[in-house]
Amino acid sequence: MDQFTSDSLSPVQLAAMRRSLSNGRSAIGRRSLLRAGGGGALALGGLGTLAGCGIPPAARSEGDGGSEDFSDKEKRVNFSNWTQYIDVAENDKTRRPTLEAFTKRTGIKVEYAEDVNDNNEFFGKIKPQLAAGQDTGRDLICVTDWLAARLIRFGWAQKLDVANLPHAYANLAPQFREVEWDPGRAYTYPWAGIAVVVAYNIKATGGREVTSVSQLLDDPKLKGRVGLLSEMRDTMGMTMLDMGKDPAKFTTDDFDAAAARLQKAVDKRQIRRFTGNDYTSDLTKGDLAACLAWAGDIVQLQADNPDVRFHIPDSGYITGTDVLLVPNKARHKENAERLIDHYYQPEIAAELAAWINYVCPVDGVKEELAKISEEAANDPLIVPDKEMSEKSNSFRALSPKEETAYEAKFAKLTGA
Amino acid sequence: MTTLTEAPPAAPEPQTRAPRRRRKLTPYWLLLPGILWLLVFFALPMVYQASTSVQTGSLADGYKVTWHFATYWDALAEYWPQFLKSLLYAGLATVFCLLLGYPLAYLIAFRAGRWRNLLLILVIAPFFTSFLIRTLAWKTILADGGPVVGALNALHVLDVTSWLGMTEGDRVLATPLAVVCGLTYNFLPFMILPLYTSLERIDPRLHEAAGDLYARPATTFRRVTFPLSMPGVVSGTLLTFIPASGDYVNAQLLGSTSEKMIGNVIQSQFLTVLDYPTAAALSFILMAAILLMVTFYIRKSGTEDLV
Repeated sequence: MDQFTSDSLSPVQLAAMRRSLSNGRSAIGRRSLLRAGGGGALALGGLGTLAGCGIPPAARSEGDGGSEDFSDKEKRVNFSNWTQYIDVAENDKTRRPTLEAFTKRTGIKVEYAEDVNDNNEFFGKIKPQLAAGQDTGRDLICVTDWLAARLIRFGWAQKLDVANLPHAYANLAPQFREVEWDPGRAYTYPWAGIAVVVAYNIKATGGREVTSVSQLLDDPKLKGRVGLLSEMRDTMGMTMLDMGKDPAKFTTDDFDAAAARLQKAVDKRQIRRFTGNDYTSDLTKGDLAACLAWAGDIVQLQADNPDVRFHIPDSGYITGTDVLLVPNKARHKENAERLIDHYYQPEIAAELAAWINYVCPVDGVKEELAKISEEAANDPLIVPDKEMSEKSNSFRALSPKEETAYEAKFAKLTGA
Repeated sequence: MTTLTEAPPAAPEPQTRAPRRRRKLTPYWLLLPGILWLLVFFALPMVYQASTSVQTGSLADGYKVTWHFATYWDALAEYWPQFLKSLLYAGLATVFCLLLGYPLAYLIAFRAGRWRNLLLILVIAPFFTSFLIRTLAWKTILADGGPVVGALNALHVLDVTSWLGMTEGDRVLATPLAVVCGLTYNFLPFMILPLYTSLERIDPRLHEAAGDLYARPATTFRRVTFPLSMPGVVSGTLLTFIPASGDYVNAQLLGSTSEKMIGNVIQSQFLTVLDYPTAAALSFILMAAILLMVTFYIRKSGTEDLV
């Protein structure tokens, strides 16, 4: 055993060991490394640096939003839209007939990206570039009205040139013409209207019809199986309507009263979840018996599952719009405008509406739609009739302060 | 050996000084890419976040550093229930991961034989699909009318869990149990792999030796195997607990409004409410809480190998 003790190591071997300990791999100790790293981090993270940070105001930069328009030289347009929000060919899901028609007519190639998944998330994604006055790489984006209002408020959207929008100007349906956050539609044109309705799975409710928000919040038969929407304006707007308040002119007291009413339902565990688009699978499976839903989804769901029903509350419903706008510094503004205009030709609009099943903002679409599908043309959820139009309500524009305060209150309701 | 002893003696000091200093710096040069990476992707964002947490303002008017430390206190006062829930769910998930993962890692390390590699691949296999898809799958598994809930109901398991406050009535989805199940499932591989590596290193002859010394299998495990696998247990629990306490996907998809964890709050403050200071402060509180608990835990378990 002796030969393994250190005494029997030759002086050279010992020297080698010492060398390796002081100069070699193990020379760099945990403490020395931490000291080196910590020193660097401290120098970097000094209080001065901390104070030096800060986020510049999203100031309104009047007039400098535009930049050189490359539309003539580059026959391209980059279009960011929501998923499954455009028509696709029956036999080939990668082909989009209405976009192909545009390219054929104008020679402009459309780079179509389905990268809008959530308004808040998308805002988080494009905010840094817009705030820094840089190109987002997108010429046309489709976002919900309140986000469009915010982008316009910050001066991050470009004024559209009416000369490039002859069809859009002529064919925009009256109910979409006037919005307080974009007078005269200077910046935005609607892509589709979204009606919020009460939906239920008749099998899961045991044959019970669900007809109002009150029933969603109070019916003990639905306990723990009710879904509401995580979009603050949709859920709060529907609740306020149910309480007889007008979402177009409510006060903070009205908002608080509605929030208190929802809180009560949350506290007695009537509400299962606040959802985005994912309520669709819960509703078809019956995990959610009833919920607030977007009408276009329900039209699509019904095709697969006849148990899914919907009802438009007597107190009315909220209509939101998803709008198209050109963000600052877009390289192909004119091409984007021509693409907007393309979708305001009734035959193109009909093709789109027949596929996405949302409210079509184009006048004269009914006749064109009837050629494709009689059923769709007579569906008040796609082409609103008089009664539907009268029940439609919109949520009023919020000041930035109100927006933060209301979102914070609503976030508390949803548990986060 | 003779040739070695005849090697020339060490050169005199003054001559070696310059090269030696250079050699001393070599490890730092080698570390440079890593340190730069950490600076750019860890330290800088941290500084930025720290700064954000003491700013006040609004998105429209911009944010300025005003050393408003009250944000921390306000955030904690407002969201302490979500903090507690996060730590509770993450803690439970870690315990379940250990209970499930240890036997499996033991089996793979000592009993799997030629199946060892296959089993290891099976442990990692879930990573081949996205985190989101895996979590969504649990919504189908635990669906209200599904076979799992039916079976649990028939066995009266749900009566027990409901009495413990982990489920509600005859459903599992949208309850704490569903969130803990999701967390356990998603982080199980992070427990199994370190456990496996430390168990696999144990010399099987130690078991034989313990047997020779009249230790019963249980005693062998308690006195030999488990203590030797402690590094694996500690790193496994850390790798599970730390990401689990900051997770928000499981609570979002499998929980209801009452199961929201601190990750959900941070996410909604950042993206929806746009209250960046509160979100940054919450992140720091979470980090500090985890750091404290982990330090205490490592001190207690006496595993210095990790730090």
